Amino acid sequence: MKSISCDVLVVGSGPAGLAAALEARQTGAQEVLLLERNDELGGILQQCIHTGFGLREFGQDLSGPEYAWRWIDQVHDAGLQVLSETMVLSVDATRRVVATSKALGMIEILPRALVLAMGCRERPRGALAIPGTRPAGVYTAGTAQRLVNIDGYMPGNRFVILGSGDIGMIMARRLTLEGAEVAAVCEILPYLSGLRRNLVQCIRDYDIPLHLCTTVTEVRGQDRVTSVVVSGVDADRRPLPGTEREIPCDTLLLSVGLVPENELTRMAGASMDAVTGGPRVNEGYATDIPGIFAAGNVVHVYDLVDDVSQAARIAGRSAARYACSTQAPTGPTVRLVAGENVRAVVPQLVHPAALEQESIALHMRVRTPIEAPVNLDLRLGERTLLSRRFRYVRPAEMLTLTLPQRLAGELAGATELSVHVRT
Amino acid sequence: MIDIQEFICVTCPVGCNIRAEVVNNQLVAIHGQSCQRGEAFVQEELRDARRMLTTTVQVVGGTLPLLPVRTASPIPKRLLLLLASELRRLQVQAPVEAGQPVLPNALGTGVDVIATRGITAA
Repeated sequence: MKSISCDVLVVGSGPAGLAAALEARQTGAQEVLLLERNDELGGILQQCIHTGFGLREFGQDLSGPEYAWRWIDQVHDAGLQVLSETMVLSVDATRRVVATSKALGMIEILPRALVLAMGCRERPRGALAIPGTRPAGVYTAGTAQRLVNIDGYMPGNRFVILGSGDIGMIMARRLTLEGAEVAAVCEILPYLSGLRRNLVQCIRDYDIPLHLCTTVTEVRGQDRVTSVVVSGVDADRRPLPGTEREIPCDTLLLSVGLVPENELTRMAGASMDAVTGGPRVNEGYATDIPGIFAAGNVVHVYDLVDDVSQAARIAGRSAARYACSTQAPTGPTVRLVAGENVRAVVPQLVHPAALEQESIALHMRVRTPIEAPVNLDLRLGERTLLSRRFRYVRPAEMLTLTLPQRLAGELAGATELSVHVRT
Repeated sequence: MIDIQEFICVTCPVGCNIRAEVVNNQLVAIHGQSCQRGEAFVQEELRDARRMLTTTVQVVGGTLPLLPVRTASPIPKRLLLLLASELRRLQVQAPVEAGQPVLPNALGTGVDVIATRGITAA
């Protein structure tokens, strides 16, 4: 088996992997190797042909492929080594990576630092336990997106979409533009799961029916879906008897959430956060396995690609510093804990010593929406160290609170900080 | 007669709720926007709502069967479905360069439809 060594190895070339690899090189790592399972770089961006990418990174409203190619061109210009059609099979705590490559066969890679950037996956039908038959015609929204936008197949003619996640709403528009009928988008929650602008530009612009507090309670059809039954739900998301309604359709799309893809992270033995589904990381996006870092949607699911690129830069920079044996933050860490109406906080750990060097952005989501001004507070015990006002908070929209360097002194000696959202 | 109209701004991911007071289709007051683009968005919604169209066209002789395309700038909303159906019938020959116009002056709007990636010849 061929053995390769390098300074920084990046697994996955979606937006996170591209940004991490590039930043690792710019931070001083000489040998940066980027692995990609697909035959071209860019990850899911290549099938996201809609616009909405790059407003912050490039000051322009770009499509997914345009955003991807801007990064891919930079990666090629920087002379990074790239191995596509290469899939990682295992990673261990010593950072020994085993992969199969179309060009090289089975290979072993021994990097000085490793960045995991495998992204996330869609929750499938099995995760929802929808009763009914098991016919053809049930797809996740992202699978349908690939079929329609890359492979050139229409997966059906008349659709029902379960879940108001961004991919579901974007596919409702996409299928309508391709001449299909979208009979309904159903969301079990009383509010949207995706961004509000998609309600306007994907649902209302095309007069697509949106039903909140509604879910699919049965799939009908033998060989192919012939209809679904939808029902209203109560405040505890339980279907309400007597509200059932049958909607004829040949295809059901699911847009019911994304799960960080961390098979390799677990294999390496990294500690995981049960709420985010990703590894627990510090301000440099280091996992608790020395020399293993995590970038982008493997850490927690983002709503904007520009934020993925930004966080992945930090991971790439930390990995390069580790590989070059420089300035890794040391000393005690402070835990960040989700308080009132906060689902999870990333990073989960912060070194006060690192905060002396530069400010640290904390990312979080609320559990329930509040359509009124709220404060996001950072507390040390009962004392509020920092507060930021938001005009409203919604689970679909990640909140950021930046720890300024001046708080480094306050954090020294602390063990735990908490964040709270309150009206 | 003041007509109160509600908008969700689509200019950026924030999606501000904007309440506009409109008289004779003219904006007289506006509340809820968090930046200047919100007012520009509402003005345009009242005058001539525009959106970017993104879709795909068939590629002949390329390494991929489909080319992703978009309008170079937003076009009137009422033309979206018409232009999409026009583009379903369009075929382009590989190779294609990113940014290349595949349909100039789409539907007489003065806006080109451009390729959003390159595709090499097979």
